[in-house]
Amino acid sequence: MYSKKIVLHFPSGLVNKPIIYRLTKDFDLEFNILRAVVNPEEEGLMVLELKGDEEEYKKAIKYLKDSAVKVQTLSQDVIRDEKKCVHCGLCVGVCPTEAFEVDQISREIIFHQEKCIACGACVGACPYKAMTTKF
Amino acid sequence: MAKTIAQINEKIKKGEVVVVTAEEMIKIVKNDGVATAAKKVDVVTTATFGPMCSSGAYLNLDHTKPKIKLGGGRTTLNGVEAYAGFAAVDICIGATALSEEDPKNKVFPGEFKYGGGHVIEDLIKGKDLKLEATTHGTDCYPAKKLNTLININDVNEAILFNPRNLYQNYNVAVNLSGRTVYTYMGTLMPNLGNANYCSAGQLSPLLNDPFYKTIGIGTRILLGGGIGYVAWWGTQHNPGVKRTKGGTPLSPAGTAAVIGDLKQMDSKWIKGVSFQGYGTSLAVGIGVPIPVLNEEIAKFTAVSDSEIFTNIVDYSKAYPQGISDSLGRVSYEQLKSGKIKVSGKEVLTAGISSYPKAVEIATELKEKIAKGDFLLSQAVASFPGPDSGYKFKSLKVRGIKRGE
Repeated sequence: MYSKKIVLHFPSGLVNKPIIYRLTKDFDLEFNILRAVVNPEEEGLMVLELKGDEEEYKKAIKYLKDSAVKVQTLSQDVIRDEKKCVHCGLCVGVCPTEAFEVDQISREIIFHQEKCIACGACVGACPYKAMTTKF
Repeated sequence: MAKTIAQINEKIKKGEVVVVTAEEMIKIVKNDGVATAAKKVDVVTTATFGPMCSSGAYLNLDHTKPKIKLGGGRTTLNGVEAYAGFAAVDICIGATALSEEDPKNKVFPGEFKYGGGHVIEDLIKGKDLKLEATTHGTDCYPAKKLNTLININDVNEAILFNPRNLYQNYNVAVNLSGRTVYTYMGTLMPNLGNANYCSAGQLSPLLNDPFYKTIGIGTRILLGGGIGYVAWWGTQHNPGVKRTKGGTPLSPAGTAAVIGDLKQMDSKWIKGVSFQGYGTSLAVGIGVPIPVLNEEIAKFTAVSDSEIFTNIVDYSKAYPQGISDSLGRVSYEQLKSGKIKVSGKEVLTAGISSYPKAVEIATELKEKIAKGDFLLSQAVASFPGPDSGYKFKSLKVRGIKRGE
């Protein structure tokens, strides 16, 4: 089964439409909402995990784009500045999906972007400001 | 046969010294035994890199025309409060100092984007800082106001002084409460969500010299990448705590006060940090050489993470309320495995001090010694030891009567 995490930006005015409902109804996709900030009359943001047939997924993305929803893949959204990171580990314990792992030999912190749900917990917890979110 | 520091320095000058990191020493002692290791190895390098809130930069500015007495007035650097209660042009900026405009914890948890630690980092980077000062004029110092840009090259002396550093062991912080707590030990997730520790363990300087046999007043060190010295024993020095049979303290014990020239430092090893909900601080990198003078010292420098233990402390209630209560004891080997058990629950562990950075510093110091660029110094006085009776006390709050 095809699975992908994406970030959706809803322009204001669009939040009244049942966009996510259509993803299930028309494209038979399974969705898991990881994060959502959606208010009427304001730009909305949603982080979603979509699962289903790859062809249907592509059609769904086209539908979203045609509906004026901006779509980004999630991996581009949380970035670690390698120059700022000192590999202390304060991000490890605050991450709900265990996206950070301590390498048992080098003791450096490995960032598994594919596990990241862009919740932003590490952004606040990093004393060196090495983690940033870009939505 | 015992060695002296003078003999080791001769070897350093001739390029014949055998120097290893504390990590490498563990393997050497394990393979060759203490006696052989003590003969073979001359110097063991130790290091640590982590936030040291008790850090301050002392600056002596050039005099202006007409002259100004900052002492007794108010001075800020990039908006951050600098202490000016000294002579005319001496100021000090502390790591946790903030600007008056900083919202602090009004919107909790505060972000503390820029404070004294960041000012010190910017100073080392050679950046221009905004110096703004107001004071009372005097006959000898008539100016009352000063607004200027300054950088590290504009000042006479720029000194980093840490009254408390190199903590010999530290607590593991956890949170037993139902809400996230924001501490100097990092963000602690509710209901034992994570456990944060703060020591380089087997690489940490005072854990490799548990009885302060070689590290003392006058010990030359690598501070922020430049030459520094141990100036005194550190504040809150508490050598009398319980120890393992091998001598390793089981809780926070000895500390050292260190001093160094900011102009020699590298921002790679000195970094301003922001702890969410807590405030700013300064991460400091320090390397300390230990001369292997005899077998006893060789044995101490071979201490490994499995032999160093510390206490798990609740930072939601026990720590803030000053209640001494341990939730259990764990080794640094367990802490570094990534998970520990606390009250039957498996908890993710994370470091606050950076082990990879500590390895880098210990390696850099090792290379400097091997190349003959760093000589060892003999301490001129020792720290109070475990049997000295020297103790860390709690403050007894006494009421102040009116009129007193």
